[in-house]
Parts: sequence; structure tokens; C-alpha cells
Amino acid sequence: MSIDIDTARKVAKLARIRVEAAALPKLAEQLSGILGFMEQLNEVDVTGIEPMVSVTPMRLVRRADVVTDGNQQRAVLANAPDAREGFFAVPKVVE
Amino acid sequence: MSMSGSANTWTIAAARDALRKGEISAADLTMACLTAIDAGDALNAFVHKTPEIALEQARAADLRIAAGDAPDMCGIPLGIKDLFCTKGVPSQAASNILKGFVPEYESTVTSKLFGAGAVMLGKLNMDEFAMGSSTESSCYGPAVNPWKVDDVLRTPGGSSGGSAAAVAADLCLGATGTDTGGSIRQPAAFTGTTGIKPTYGRVSRWGIVAYASSLDQAGPMTKSVRDAAIFLGAMAGHDPKDSTSADMAVPDFEAALTGDIRGKKIGIPREYRIEGIPAEIDALWAQGRDMLRDAGAEIVDISLPHAKYALPAYYVIAPAEASSNLARYDGVRYGLRAALAAGDGITEMYEKTRAEGFGPETQRRIMVGTYVLSAGFYDAYYNRARKVRAMIKRDFEQAFASGIEAILAPATPTSAFGLGEMDKATPVEVYLNDVFTVTANLAGLPGVAVPMGLDSKGLPIGLQLLGRPWDEAGLLNHAYVLERAAGFVAKPEKWW
Repeated sequence: MSIDIDTARKVAKLARIRVEAAALPKLAEQLSGILGFMEQLNEVDVTGIEPMVSVTPMRLVRRADVVTDGNQQRAVLANAPDAREGFFAVPKVVE
Repeated sequence: MSMSGSANTWTIAAARDALRKGEISAADLTMACLTAIDAGDALNAFVHKTPEIALEQARAADLRIAAGDAPDMCGIPLGIKDLFCTKGVPSQAASNILKGFVPEYESTVTSKLFGAGAVMLGKLNMDEFAMGSSTESSCYGPAVNPWKVDDVLRTPGGSSGGSAAAVAADLCLGATGTDTGGSIRQPAAFTGTTGIKPTYGRVSRWGIVAYASSLDQAGPMTKSVRDAAIFLGAMAGHDPKDSTSADMAVPDFEAALTGDIRGKKIGIPREYRIEGIPAEIDALWAQGRDMLRDAGAEIVDISLPHAKYALPAYYVIAPAEASSNLARYDGVRYGLRAALAAGDGITEMYEKTRAEGFGPETQRRIMVGTYVLSAGFYDAYYNRARKVRAMIKRDFEQAFASGIEAILAPATPTSAFGLGEMDKATPVEVYLNDVFTVTANLAGLPGVAVPMGLDSKGLPIGLQLLGRPWDEAGLLNHAYVLERAAGFVAKPEKWW
């Protein structure tokens, strides 16, 4: 599977990473190389094999549905690049 | 054990015994390490130093020791990989996107270590988000291997390269590492140190910056197998905050080091004889077989037919999980937000922040992961890789079911390479570093790297043992036999 420049642009968009147009050909080439390496997996007969969900045979445990923590507004916002009046602040989302 | 040399050169076991006998104080032991760290800046191993915290913890440890309440790790000075969140101390995962991030909480592993009285000397260099095999993707610049045999500065390996360099150069007594595809074992092999990746679920991942959650495990990096056993015991254990952490008792790993492996079956996987591996590594592997045989083990050829697909499966699964885990770096909750132009909206904020904050390899892995999880490719890549992963794990289960106790293999395809040497290589060529190590992560198995000797260049080379799930105790005992037989005591000549 070869990645063309349009696909590279689309992947960058999906990943929310800005890639300048001039950098797209190199990115497409590198992604193609990596995906080409993965093609080896097509040699394996995977008929009847279930995709692995958990590497150790364990059930995910449930905990009681009770409040165990809270009142952490200061700690939650402490590392925000922009926080105002107890909220995370972001650029305008809705026109 | 003789107490020769400055205290920073001691093993954890020797320091523990000396502390308990009152032959040294934790404060003096810590000072010896802090002095070595300040003299070791050329190694770029410690990227955030925490001397005040260290001395305060050391004084508290001395009080506990005096009161007779001293767990094994009490007063032991350690380095902590930058991937672990440490309360009030920068924890950046060696990434610019986490610049300025100071956690409000403590990872479970560091909480347990500090609860046991251990001392934190500072945070250690690594590859950005643990993605790499050389620490060259670090936002702090690469760590340097203390082993220097010519004009070339070499990598200490990665991603836990700062941890490996710090332990090898005696800047600390031990260090935490994490291993997603070999990030404890490869740097251990490159620096003549010991490192164990435990069974998936043995050590809590809570508070460790996530790379690929189904593969990540933390473990100790040390100067001896005994130290690894002591240190792992203090890190391991069930944690309700990590739903994949196993609710199982932690055995006394140190007590398991009997040196008796008579009658144990050791598997030699024929698929690990790969083309292009240096003759020296192959010869070392043969020596390791002989050592275990001489100790009374039975050497058995085994087959792991899907091992050759481990690397491509890993490089689907790990980036897929990374693309999901790293979605949280959005410029809103922590770390960096890029400067925005007038009129930029929230999408520009995401895109500019992530382009500025993530380095090239992290960006590549996020995009590969995004691609293999995208509509139309999910089955062809991601589901297929998870099926192959199930088959890789089944290969190991069949070997263990036939009575194999441990598997012996090389740890790395080469000794440490020069910094910058891989600059011209393609991403896939760089990924080949992990060829011997990723299988253990895919199968969730414990694996330990043991230093065996020096190659013809004078650089350390090591072997790797893989064990049954949850049998770190048996695995470490096999490693202990190898360590004693190899008698590796060489230290890097101090040039820094």
C-alpha cells in the first residue's frame, strides 16, 4: 500500500498535526516505507484466529459506583495553558 | 561485601546492608550520588535534578533506619525516568509538548518506592514518549553512553537510555525504566547493566505517561541481578487504579536467587538466528547456552514460528495505541499551547500545538497509528496485527507447555551505535533494533537483559532471558546463574 500526498495530508488532518505542504512528499514516502514493512503480516494465515483483546486472561474488575474523589478544581486546572474563572479557556469554537 | 570505592558505586544490596549496620548514612550515600551527578553532566542522563527532595528523603530514611523500620529500599538513591509523573517535579516524557507540566499527583510506582523509603535524585533522559532506541528523539538532546572506546560518542540505547547511562556511570544505585518494545532491555545491554521487564500487569502503570497501553510495563535497571530482584519487589503489586494490574501476591524475588537451575529446560528459539547478526553476538549466545548447561540445565531447541512477524505487528499495534493515548495533548489541559494567529480557531490550536510540541518520530507514529485505525484499514492492519499477536503468544504458550522454563536469546543485534549514526537510516531500519525484544511485550512475558562481556570494540554486550508469565522469580534465578558464570565486572573508564 503506497501512501500518496493526498492521503498523507488526510492522515495529518485526522491526527490534528499541521504539516506544511512542502513536507508532505517526504511524509508520504516515510509512511509508505513503514506500511510496506507491515505488509509482511499478509503472509500469515490468520483464519479462525480471534484478535487479541487482552494479553493476560483477566476480567476487567468493576468497582462500586460511588464517589471516591472530588473538589480538585485547582489541581485539575493547575497545568492548563489558559484557565479562567475555574474553567479551561480555548479559542472560539462556535461562530 | 567489601565497601571499596565511593558509595555511589555500590550495589543496592551492599548499600542496604551497610545502611542497616550503620556503616553509612542515607544522607552521605545520597550526597555521594549528587556529587557524581553534578560531575556527570556530559552524559546528559539527569534532565531534572532534585537534590533538595533527595536530601530530605535521605534524612527521613535515616530516621526510619535508626528506628529499626527499614524496608530494603529505604535510603537507596534512585533516578526516575522522565515518563513517571512525580508530584511537584517536572515530568515531560522528554517531549516539548509537556514543557512546564508539573504533576499534581504521584505515579503508583514512585509512591511505592518513596513509601519504602527510597530517595529520588532526579528525572532521567529518554526518547520522547518512550518512542525510540537511542534517546536521540529526546527534547533534552541525547543521553550519552558512559562506555567510550574511541572518539565516538555512543548512545546508551533507548528509550530508557538516561536510566541506563546513569546506572552504568554510577550516578545512582538504580533507576526506573519502562519497556514497551525493549526499552529496558536494549539500553541495559548497551551499557553493561541489568534490566527486567516484568510480566504485563505485575507493575502498575498508573501515573506513567502512556505510550502503548497493552505493551507498556515498568521495571528496574540495576548493577546486578540481585538488585533487580530487590528493586522489582518494591515496584510490583496490585493497584486498583490500574485495571490491568494483577491482583496477585508478589513473591520474594531475592529469596528465589538460589543459583540452582539443575534439570530446568531452557529453550533456544531457532527463529532468533537472523541474517546479518554479528558473529560476536552469535558466539555470545552459544556461550550463554554452555553456561546454563554447565549449571545443570537442559538446553532444548524450540520453534516460535511467528516470531519473525513480531516486529511488523508491533509497529502496527504500538502506533495505533499511541495515536489514541497521545490525543490528550491538545493544548488545553496541560503543557504547551502554540502561539495562535488572529482568527485561529480550536482546530488550528490543536494542529499548531501538536506540530510544535511533538518531535518527528512521535508525529510519524501518531500518523501511522491514525492510518491503521482509520475506516477501511482497521481490519487490514490493526485487526490483522492483533490476530498475529495472538499467534505469537500461542507459540510461547506451546513452548512453556512442553516444559520450557525460560528462553535464551540475544538482547540486541549489535553493541551500542554512535550518536547520529542512524540519522540517514529509514524509520524501518531503526525499528530493527527491537527485533529481539518486542516479542516479550506482544506476549506479555517477563524478560531480563544480563551483561555478559565486551565485544572486540570493548563495548558491553548482553543476553536476554524470557520467562513464563508471573515467573519473574524463576527468570531472575536463571539470570543470576548467567551473571555468576559470565562474571562481568568491567566498568566504563571515566572520561566525563
